[in-house]
Amino acid sequence: MTHHTPPGPTLTPDQWRLVHELGSALSASQKHWLSGYFAGLGDRSSHSTAPGPLPSPPVRTITVLYGSETGNASELARALATSARATGLVCEVVDMADYKTRRLAGEEDLLLIVSTYGEGDPPQPATGFFEYIEGRKAPKLDGKRFAVLALGDSTYEFYCEAGKRLDRRFEELGAERLVPRVDCDIDYEEAAESWTQAIIEQLGTEAAPTMIAAAAAHSTASPTVIHDKRYPFPAPVIENIAIVGRGSSKETRHIEFSLEGSGLVYEPGDALGITATNDPAIVATLIDALSLHADTEFEHKGKALRLDEALTHRFEITAATPRFLDYWAMLSEADTLRQLQQDDRSGDRSVFLHTHHIVDIVRRFPVEAVTPQGFVSALRPLQPRLYSLASSLAAAPDEAHVTVAPVRYDLHGDPRSGVASGLLADRADRDTVLPVYVQNNPHFRLPVNDETPIIMIGAGTGVAPYRAFLQEREVRGAGGWNWLFFGERNFRTDFLYQAEWQTWLKDGTLRRMDVAFSRDSNEKIYVQHRMKEQSRDIFAWLEEGAHIYVCGDAANLAPDVHNTLIDIVAAEARTGREAATDYVRSLQSDHRYQRDVY
Amino acid sequence: MTTDTFDRSRDLSQPLDRLGPDETMKDGSDFLRGSIAQGLLDRITGAMPSENDVKLMKFHGIYQQDDRDLRDERRHQKLEPAYQFMIRVRLPGGVCAPAQWLKLDELARAHGGETLRITTRQTFQFHWVLKDSLRPIIQGLHDTLLDTVAACGDDSRGVMCTVDPQSSQFHAEVAAMAKHVSDHVIPKTRAYHEIWYGDERVASSEPEEPFYGRTYLPRKFKIGFALPPSNDIDVYAQDLGFIAIGGPEGLEGFNVVIGGGMGRTDQAPATYPRLASLIGFIPVEKVVACADSVMAVQRDYGDRKDRQRARFKYTIDDKGLDWIKTEIEQRMGAFFEAARPFSFTSNGDSYGWNSTPDGCHHRTVFIRSGRLDRKLLDTLRDIARVHRGTFRLTPNQNVIIAGVQEEERPTIDALLAEHGHDADTVAPFRRNAIACVALPTCGLAMAESERYLPTLLEKIERILDRHGLADEPITLRMSGCPNGCSRPYIAEIGLTGRAPGKYNLYLGGGFHGERLNRMVRENIGEAAILEVLDQALGRFAVEREAGEHFGDFTIRAGIVREVTEGRLFNE
Repeated sequence: MTHHTPPGPTLTPDQWRLVHELGSALSASQKHWLSGYFAGLGDRSSHSTAPGPLPSPPVRTITVLYGSETGNASELARALATSARATGLVCEVVDMADYKTRRLAGEEDLLLIVSTYGEGDPPQPATGFFEYIEGRKAPKLDGKRFAVLALGDSTYEFYCEAGKRLDRRFEELGAERLVPRVDCDIDYEEAAESWTQAIIEQLGTEAAPTMIAAAAAHSTASPTVIHDKRYPFPAPVIENIAIVGRGSSKETRHIEFSLEGSGLVYEPGDALGITATNDPAIVATLIDALSLHADTEFEHKGKALRLDEALTHRFEITAATPRFLDYWAMLSEADTLRQLQQDDRSGDRSVFLHTHHIVDIVRRFPVEAVTPQGFVSALRPLQPRLYSLASSLAAAPDEAHVTVAPVRYDLHGDPRSGVASGLLADRADRDTVLPVYVQNNPHFRLPVNDETPIIMIGAGTGVAPYRAFLQEREVRGAGGWNWLFFGERNFRTDFLYQAEWQTWLKDGTLRRMDVAFSRDSNEKIYVQHRMKEQSRDIFAWLEEGAHIYVCGDAANLAPDVHNTLIDIVAAEARTGREAATDYVRSLQSDHRYQRDVY
Repeated sequence: MTTDTFDRSRDLSQPLDRLGPDETMKDGSDFLRGSIAQGLLDRITGAMPSENDVKLMKFHGIYQQDDRDLRDERRHQKLEPAYQFMIRVRLPGGVCAPAQWLKLDELARAHGGETLRITTRQTFQFHWVLKDSLRPIIQGLHDTLLDTVAACGDDSRGVMCTVDPQSSQFHAEVAAMAKHVSDHVIPKTRAYHEIWYGDERVASSEPEEPFYGRTYLPRKFKIGFALPPSNDIDVYAQDLGFIAIGGPEGLEGFNVVIGGGMGRTDQAPATYPRLASLIGFIPVEKVVACADSVMAVQRDYGDRKDRQRARFKYTIDDKGLDWIKTEIEQRMGAFFEAARPFSFTSNGDSYGWNSTPDGCHHRTVFIRSGRLDRKLLDTLRDIARVHRGTFRLTPNQNVIIAGVQEEERPTIDALLAEHGHDADTVAPFRRNAIACVALPTCGLAMAESERYLPTLLEKIERILDRHGLADEPITLRMSGCPNGCSRPYIAEIGLTGRAPGKYNLYLGGGFHGERLNRMVRENIGEAAILEVLDQALGRFAVEREAGEHFGDFTIRAGIVREVTEGRLFNE
């Protein structure tokens, strides 16, 4: 390859040399990402060197700050920035996880997009930002303007609470609210769009019209087919097998999709979004219980829908939400339901919603003459499900592997399954085509430096991304040591990917492995117990610069491992718990302690 | 004749690098310790991570196996094979006290897949044992004074003894001797105590293995005591056999036979089954010295280059029986006297109740292929709770409830009846059939054996019925591979596995184990097996002489040529 003549008109030979050097050092997926980076984010400095006249009215700087766990907030932040730039506004998108809080003093307009987890908590990567802004050291924000888009799930008690917290706090600190906060349920697209429009309108009127014209001319990127959440790629299933042995209490499966021709790329640590559909049997049962007809056509948001298709593809029809409870209470006028609506009955309400699917409510409180329109208006849109990718494109080109443990339980005498996991387990034989997309997970990444050691902690299907990590590191010939902690129920049947770990242990790709099987003996042994046994070495690895990863259950595993880590640091560094907590916190802020928990 | 005139290029006199790799492995094992203790702690695999340790474990009575039915399935599941272990108990003479029985039962239920198997060498095997259960089982056995030392490995294995108390008034004396010899010939290393009981290693200036040395024997070595007229232990299949000879004064001594062994390898004509050769008589007090001397000759001269040729039978045929006998006599410090007359009539068991002159009663319970399943375990546990005599395991894989007093007989009968064992309805043909374990647990099996035997027997029984031979005792023994755990080469009908559904068929063995059979058809399926048997049995029914056994008939009728010596087995 020769590079004497730079192909691009705007690059100097020196610039081209830099690009070429960078290009040869990057993997295909890194290049892909960078192309998006340059195309999407732009670079403020390029405006100053770009040819042509540039008017320079006094424009306020806009910073879009997002706190994201699954990537929805970050996606919305980028969409907002793109719209803003199209209007000629100057704006930067920053992850709360990476945001240097001392920058706050220099901010002008801050647009905050944040989702909510657990008991009104912010996404894990945004924890540090929240601690700072809600803490005593938070600066006065007089003269700054802000707006909040809150993402949440109305089935939780603390709906959109993280966004509400920021909204309250920025006001307290003296900032001026640009537009009212908008709270979005899991079908957030429309609400988010209207919030974005409100902001663009507000800010756009302040900008000079000449600039809009200039910017509009600037934004003529050629559209290519990019598969994402809205336009998922129909991926054929090429493998779908149970990977637990006979007699297991689980039915964990390994599923492989072909991404051939999709143009989809991903990094180890990313997730695969799967656009699930409801079990046709459940759809039929529900339609029957409603005394409706499958082929009934009706209008919904301006579109003509057929009832069975709508219930199969568009709406969540299993778990009931407070919205559905309200709707059914209104229709049925059932006392039980009406009482559950009362404010002081939130505990009972949540128990009821946990123990009654929509079909159970429909059966228990029959209503005559339900309309399809009315019924679907009480439903949430069907959401894609995310699964950590268990493969690396470097090892399995054009493939996406996921590890799925179907959710199964009995309710009111009937067996029930998770929407997506049931689909994957029961109705996704080889050659079935399912719509998929890649969900980036920038907070769960291998170290940039291949020599950096890593410690991976995972339980159950939480081990999936580590298979991707090791595949990637093996292909890259990464020299950094890898240490895996894995936990499951039974050694004999549930040692997920056992033969692969054994091969990696033999060839040195995996330096060490410790396992905990909780149901093999009377005393329950979990990964954190194995970590404690290896306390000295874990600390030594951390001191050597190791990155540490946790993947799996958010309710128990993550906090247990977190506390164990603090214990280990306290014990090995012979320091107090507070200092150890600081040590672990600094690991987090240095991105050396990353979690992917659910 | 001196040893110098012999080729010693293959025995203990050579440096390790000129011998087979297993010799180096044994030498470097630190008297059977290896890295077994560390391997037991490895949580990543259900196997022993070191292949050497897998071999060393055999000296501790443990075989690593895997469920072969699940191999493919688990490979697809990205799981390692379903590793598990077989543990063989050392039970000299097959004698087991009720308390021991109850312990074995408890351990099998807790750790052994709710099953026990009675072997053709009169002991118990636990199957389906997971790595974490090895220590609990061995420690549990220790509690009841049982162990698994040298139940496998290149050493003297479990010592057999004719089991039926009615066969001789010397039975108790000989059984005690079997136990004494077994305790004498097992390895003396403390490795077993350290690994399995957790004993501390104690420094000592004494040699750890005064007899065996660092490399033990070239291969396994089997000792058995037979009490004529019963040859239930198949004394001619032993490396060293003692045939009890009594006189008016009681037990006088033993005729000694050496060099028996079943194992052979397909397509390897230098390997063959061999019946033991009678070399003379020794008085009772020479038994231990004789055992030591015979084993020492094999230790010093056995082939340590080629494991296929390492059994004592080949040492004898290579060096010559006379020379071997002289060498034994020199080491024993005594000459063999002329062999005394004796005669065997059967190698089978006598079923139902039998009595001995001491007023005791003994009930033989038929156990198909020695397999104690949940139901049989229940039955025998109930009996063990009330029984005050002993249990005896027969070489035909049955159980004798021995030493029952007259007044206790009804209790035993009632318990047997309660569990459906009230009558001995098993046809004679079935009683004389033996199968090894084979699939799915045995790593050596090439074809089914224990699981397939009942199906095959049913079909052969139809042939017997057709020819009016339903009550004819005929020995049939099946092994899943040519190694011959069920002693197939001395059966009247022998079958050894070659591939799934394919067997070699042998005919012409002696009814009480006195003659080897010969292969008549190689690598054939069920239809061909039944066809050959149909023809031979059809002729037998018509042409047999009075009292003539099927094996003898096939030779007289020219259906198969007699094998007069092991060396000629493959001709």
